[in-house]
Amino acid sequence: MLQIDVQKQLGDFALNANITAPAGVTAIFGQSGSGKTSIVNAMAGLMTPDAGRIVVGDTVLFDKAQRTNLAPHKRRVGYVFQDARLFPHMNVQRNLTYGGDHDADRLIELLGLGDLLNRHPAGLSGGEKQRVALGRALMCNPQILLMDEPLAALDARRKAEILPYIERLRDEVKIPILYVSHDVSEVARLANTIVVLEAGQVAIAGPIGDVLSQPDAVPLVGVRAAGAVIETRIAGRLLHDGLTELSFSGGRLMMPGNLGRLGQTVRLRIPAQDVILARDRPKGISALNILPVRITGIEQGRGPGVAVGLLAGKDKLLARVTRRSLQRMELAVGQDIYAIIKATAVGPEDVGG
Amino acid sequence: MTDLLGPAEWTAILLSLRVALVATLMALPLALWVAHLLARKRFPGRQLLNGIVHLPLVLPPVVTGYLLLVVFGQQGPVGGFLYDVFGISFAFRWTGAALAAGIMAFPLMVRAIRLGIEAVDTGLEEAAATLGASRWRVFTTVTLPLVFPGILAGAILGFAKALGEFGATITFVAAIPGQTQTVPSAIYGLLQVPGSEPAVLGLVIVSVILAMGALLVSEWLARRAAHRMAA
Repeated sequence: MLQIDVQKQLGDFALNANITAPAGVTAIFGQSGSGKTSIVNAMAGLMTPDAGRIVVGDTVLFDKAQRTNLAPHKRRVGYVFQDARLFPHMNVQRNLTYGGDHDADRLIELLGLGDLLNRHPAGLSGGEKQRVALGRALMCNPQILLMDEPLAALDARRKAEILPYIERLRDEVKIPILYVSHDVSEVARLANTIVVLEAGQVAIAGPIGDVLSQPDAVPLVGVRAAGAVIETRIAGRLLHDGLTELSFSGGRLMMPGNLGRLGQTVRLRIPAQDVILARDRPKGISALNILPVRITGIEQGRGPGVAVGLLAGKDKLLARVTRRSLQRMELAVGQDIYAIIKATAVGPEDVGG
Repeated sequence: MTDLLGPAEWTAILLSLRVALVATLMALPLALWVAHLLARKRFPGRQLLNGIVHLPLVLPPVVTGYLLLVVFGQQGPVGGFLYDVFGISFAFRWTGAALAAGIMAFPLMVRAIRLGIEAVDTGLEEAAATLGASRWRVFTTVTLPLVFPGILAGAILGFAKALGEFGATITFVAAIPGQTQTVPSAIYGLLQVPGSEPAVLGLVIVSVILAMGALLVSEWLARRAAHRMAA
């Protein structure tokens, strides 16, 4: 459990954020300059807020009213920086154990660091550096892990290479993780909870599936980021077609690729702009995934787009259509219609375990 | 070569080495502290401190020597105190030559070390702090090793300057053979005496060898430090 309530004036920019994060991964999401890094720096003690209170578990890290302000080295906060910040004059082994060697063997194994131990940071790729930085932060046995855009400096391939390691950590390390990112596919893949920051304030926060599929949140998270995040189970593998069949409360979906073992859980992100709506069950179209859904909300934005909240079984979906389509189709809350999801629309970077 | 150098010249060379080495070693920790202060801390009087540190670089050496005489002479406020309490005397002794050389070398050392400190990414120090390292541990395990090339450059520069110091030294402690007559003042003294060109030549050659040697050693150490970081 994590409580952050911080105020800080930085020139013209005012940070005023109040965040409560449950166990698991909490994503801090927002444009650059929205105050994401300031929040994690306040947690780590690298920035002193003007006012507020920061509590991790039973430990008060900062409390202006009580004049508590723990020094950074006493906070037991693991911090993975965007630029890794490995010590250039130490090899990987010494970098890893700089702060302690808690659970060292398992972390080296979990992060695949065994072959890197004698190398120096200058000889590592960006992805390797971040893996070492992660291991180094965790070996000092922190009570919380902060990750500030750990993948932002990496290209798509390196990202794909390191994401599974972060997922494994999330599932194995039992401490809360605060994950700062402006990339919704990363967030959708890793986080349970999302906090959307806008100009230093919390615009919206909650379970990730709820927030990203909420029609009125579209302007806050952005048109491209909006979309459902649902948990599905692998129900069948049509390997001769190169497809995997996934089941969830709203029906079945076919997705390209081999996504895992039968019965395994797969988290799926379905961007709102990749969902098409139809009043009647369409016939003779190439899309494989047609789901019966009910309209739960309609949010007219300022532009030509309209966000339509949908319920498929117990799961929430989100579609984005034009205002013109909305009027022509005479859509209204409570109607039963069909949602067409193009299977190829869900790229591999949006499919997470 | 040995023909060129008599016992008096050898005395001057050994004295010069001792004076320069002691001056460098005594000034180095202080220079590191002042460089760190100037590079990292913001405090009232910072510009004043910066000016005072640089004074020996811009003042005529004779003036610095005279000021040393006034302050550190046996009648001076600091010199008198040190003599009365600890029995330490600088006047006309090799310790005085070392003091003069150290003060003249100080600004060069501070400048080189300060550049080294300013080149260190403070993000690395922050990272070390989040890993549980106290300020002292951050300084000794992260800052200091990364500033090492700068410290080395400062030390070599300071050593070379201390070897060559002439004006302040001769003003402060004169040129007494065996006590305060370093290589530069020995050369100057010999030049006043007709027929001593061979001895002058010998001392000049030694000066060049010492300077080149210091430079090569510093290059070698710096390359080793860089290699360690890139390997």
